[in-house]
Amino acid sequence: MRKIFPLAVAALFLAACSSQPPAPEQAGAGVEDRTPGAVKVEPVQVKSVTPEQIDPTSLAALKDPKNILSKRSVFFDYDQYSIKNEFKPLLEAHARFLAANPKIRMLIQGNADERGSREYNVALGQKRADAVKKALVILGAKDEQLESVSLGEEKPRNPGHDEAAWAENRRDDMLYTGEF
Amino acid sequence: MRNPFFRLAGLAASLLCFAAVAHAQLSIEITGAGANRLPLAVANFAGERIVSQALTAVVRADLERSGLFRLVDAGAEPLAETAAVSYPNWKGRGADALVAGSVTAGADSRYETRFRLFDVQKQAMLGGQAFVASSGQLRATAHRISDFIYEKLTGEPGIFSTRIAYVVKSTGRYELQISDADGENAQTALASREPIISPTWAPDGTRLAYVSFEAKKPVVYVHSLATGRRHVAANFKGSNSAPAWSPDGKKLAVVLSKDGGSQIYLVNADGSGILRLASSAGIDTEPRFSPDGQSIYFTSDRGGSPQIYRIPAAGGSAERVTFEGSYNVSPRLSPDGKSMAFIARNDGRFQVALLDLATKQTQMLTDSSKDESPSFSPNGRMIIYATEIGGRGVLAAVSSDGRVKQKLSVQAADIREPAWGPFVK
Repeated sequence: MRKIFPLAVAALFLAACSSQPPAPEQAGAGVEDRTPGAVKVEPVQVKSVTPEQIDPTSLAALKDPKNILSKRSVFFDYDQYSIKNEFKPLLEAHARFLAANPKIRMLIQGNADERGSREYNVALGQKRADAVKKALVILGAKDEQLESVSLGEEKPRNPGHDEAAWAENRRDDMLYTGEF
Repeated sequence: MRNPFFRLAGLAASLLCFAAVAHAQLSIEITGAGANRLPLAVANFAGERIVSQALTAVVRADLERSGLFRLVDAGAEPLAETAAVSYPNWKGRGADALVAGSVTAGADSRYETRFRLFDVQKQAMLGGQAFVASSGQLRATAHRISDFIYEKLTGEPGIFSTRIAYVVKSTGRYELQISDADGENAQTALASREPIISPTWAPDGTRLAYVSFEAKKPVVYVHSLATGRRHVAANFKGSNSAPAWSPDGKKLAVVLSKDGGSQIYLVNADGSGILRLASSAGIDTEPRFSPDGQSIYFTSDRGGSPQIYRIPAAGGSAERVTFEGSYNVSPRLSPDGKSMAFIARNDGRFQVALLDLATKQTQMLTDSSKDESPSFSPNGRMIIYATEIGGRGVLAAVSSDGRVKQKLSVQAADIREPAWGPFVK
């Protein structure tokens, strides 16, 4: 793995500006009536995928604070969606884990700081999530294991309004099966 | 019919007047007004005391809030529309126009309201109307009267009977609310523990499209307001966001990441017939149809920074629309299609700007620093937008000439993502 890193590194940077082959659609946009009611509070249902045949000992590694796999966030510069060098060992470890556990899935949630348009920030968060997804695929994960989505500026980790808070909020979070 | 004595020429004056609506969930404050406001007297209507709500109080508040009228004290004496008008008396009070009317109780606990509008200087009646309404419809009647007066005196349609949609965020709770244009009658269309963004009105005013994060990712819904029923318009792998209605109400432009990146697609309002509109290596988002349906304006970073572009709605090559500055987003076309409101970043401050599409001149309309989500009133006169005051989200409105300014806030909650609804048929 070490040997191919320079190639992967080069690819990571390219990933931010190259196009990606079409991914299969998850769900058709049918006319699904959910009848929320005009004024009802709808309880949000958390959709969880049942883990099937995943080695529980490997899952333990995801929560072990001493293991690099317990780290799940990648941080970005303002208005940027290229992955900084410091996060490459982290992505390499997660890609290796995904390759070794082909049944496990990951949801990559991209986020943006609060400045600017909400919809532009959804797109910016998506670019960040896509960048991590591409890096993980290059490093050995399967495309079908990964979904990259954006939460825009809507779910800040730090509710503050200064650069320190914004830096925490410009990030991707990697969630495994059972965590989303 | 353009009023002969109503002129808005002259320099802008920042007047500070106040017209908060009592007991409103959404309170509105006028923080700037037109330079030459038309002096108008709205007399109490004869028989008005038989109805619980003061009809004329709503009419006065509407017209004053527009920033285009100065309300002249009409005294407490009711004045029926059929009574003889003492023009010298009203001229002496400083009124250029006068409204008089009456309310009478009819059958089935309904009320008949009649009014007439008079030109005091010309000593002539400009017109009048009659309405039959239940007591629950009296506010709506008052807004109709305001619309009539506004149109007679300014030559453009009034917007007092329209509604606005917006999102209220309180601790751990997001509500998509719809209220009258004066902030009254707020109703919750959807409540969720997860964010709701980007509400947009269907052209017929019966449905809203919006983005909800209740599935832990952005999904586009179309919601029928009368029934509270909704359906998924776009839920593909990845993110689904930024819905915009075509002028005929049949299609939505949406932004999907299913094929990589954020790209613009067209989809039927029922979620069928997805079609990719354009292809770029960068971000394409915030699509908006031009009022004639021929073009789609959108935000893209294809040139290195977020700028606004235009593309034929049938597909084709994109043309750049904004050039000044390094962050121009959220395009919204005026109802006449002649200008475009957007958010521009100036020295780190996000402000509402207006671009004249013919002359290419840009005017900054606000001097605040966290403006977002501009939305035109259907007559093109006002632009409502979200901003922040004292760390709290509020709505504000500015006239498209920059003169009239209003602030709309809700106690103890953040309010954002305003969308001004269409004219009520």
